[in-house]
Amino acid sequence: MLTKRIIPCLDIKNGRTVKGVRFEDIRDAGDPVELAALYAKQGADELVFLDITATNEKRKTLRELVREIARYIDIPFTVGGGISAVEDVEVLLQNGADKVSVNSSAIHRPDLITELASRFGSQCVTVAIDTKSTPEGWKVFSKAGTVDTGLWALDWAKEVVELGAGEILLTSMSNDGTKNGFALDITGEISRNVIVPVIASGGAGNQQHFLDVFEVGADAALAASIFHFQEVPIPGLKQYLAENKIDIRI
Amino acid sequence: MKIVIVDYKAGNVQSVLFALERLGAQATVTSNAEEIQSADKVIFPGVGEASSAMRALKVNNLDQLLPTLTQPFLGVCLGMQLLCQHSEEGDTVMLGIIPVPVKKFDAAVKVPHMGWNNLHHLKSDLFTGINEDEYAYFVHSFYAPVTEHTIAQSSYPEPFSAALQYKNFYAVQFHTEKSGPAGAHILQNFLNL
Repeated sequence: MLTKRIIPCLDIKNGRTVKGVRFEDIRDAGDPVELAALYAKQGADELVFLDITATNEKRKTLRELVREIARYIDIPFTVGGGISAVEDVEVLLQNGADKVSVNSSAIHRPDLITELASRFGSQCVTVAIDTKSTPEGWKVFSKAGTVDTGLWALDWAKEVVELGAGEILLTSMSNDGTKNGFALDITGEISRNVIVPVIASGGAGNQQHFLDVFEVGADAALAASIFHFQEVPIPGLKQYLAENKIDIRI
Repeated sequence: MKIVIVDYKAGNVQSVLFALERLGAQATVTSNAEEIQSADKVIFPGVGEASSAMRALKVNNLDQLLPTLTQPFLGVCLGMQLLCQHSEEGDTVMLGIIPVPVKKFDAAVKVPHMGWNNLHHLKSDLFTGINEDEYAYFVHSFYAPVTEHTIAQSSYPEPFSAALQYKNFYAVQFHTEKSGPAGAHILQNFLNL
């Protein structure tokens, strides 16, 4: 059976991981390749690298990093952050990335999704959706959660799939950082209403949270700090999920 | 040993080159007929869409050349589907090397079929040392059904061909280059053929 995926997310700035990482068994916690290799060894099913570099040198730095990751890491990985053109994606895929994730640029210009899908195939186009719970319902926010786009999360999810997205990375900004669990209602609702896989993100604090989000229909679950600080080690998490009847790769 | 990767601008060539590098092997990426014919092993990767891939193959007459090859040949992902007869993707006539059709997954499941799934009913030297139910990484929306040419199956939820073999033509639907140590092992088995 197809298994649910556990995905650590690494934030990258100028080719280095930026969020605090605490592992005794790696030499350089800022080295994304070393950290990625450790996660692969622990049983991570995929990796996401989110590039937050904001310099003119960005493209070159990212290309070189993607190449190094692909050289040493034998599981799939997605690269996101500031991708706004077909040329950006071509370079990343040519150097060994498996998927790219687009967010604000797709809101700004939805045709980008279709251009990427027809050029490279839907399977490598992940659309990241940042959503917040408002009194009216779940809405889509852009620019790192600062701008209310006026879009409803479910409507936008359906539209990006229509446009050619092969996967949705759904981050609840209301849950992110709380460690109180994923946003089960909107994750479940979108999972049931689109034909592509949905990655749940934001709010993971313990093993039970992963079980909960898989039970409402998420295909994959992403987290960062709880993996970086070994609060929820991946091998134990996967064992727990398997014991609770979730199809998982061990 | 001379290994070539067929060049038709298929996208994920670099990942395959790195996977070979991790096994201590080197390969040449080429669309040159003589280079391909004289190789000991030919690898045919691919991601993307069927009809545009077939068009790209025709540019260098690779559609004529590939069926005539006699050395061990490995199609990967779209590279596997291109070896088949016909694909429902874009109603495309494929290379017709392996007499199997390519169909779209049923609307009842999520597509793409994306992630780790297990391999079962393993046959052939390609899977020497690989355990039944070993996991491999898949990402595809179309599939080849199980036929007499199937050498590995996977299920989503119905069984489909995770790998095919016809004479010297081997083909895998999953990505050997992204399937961890098991994928590397399968790639090494191919190099050992």
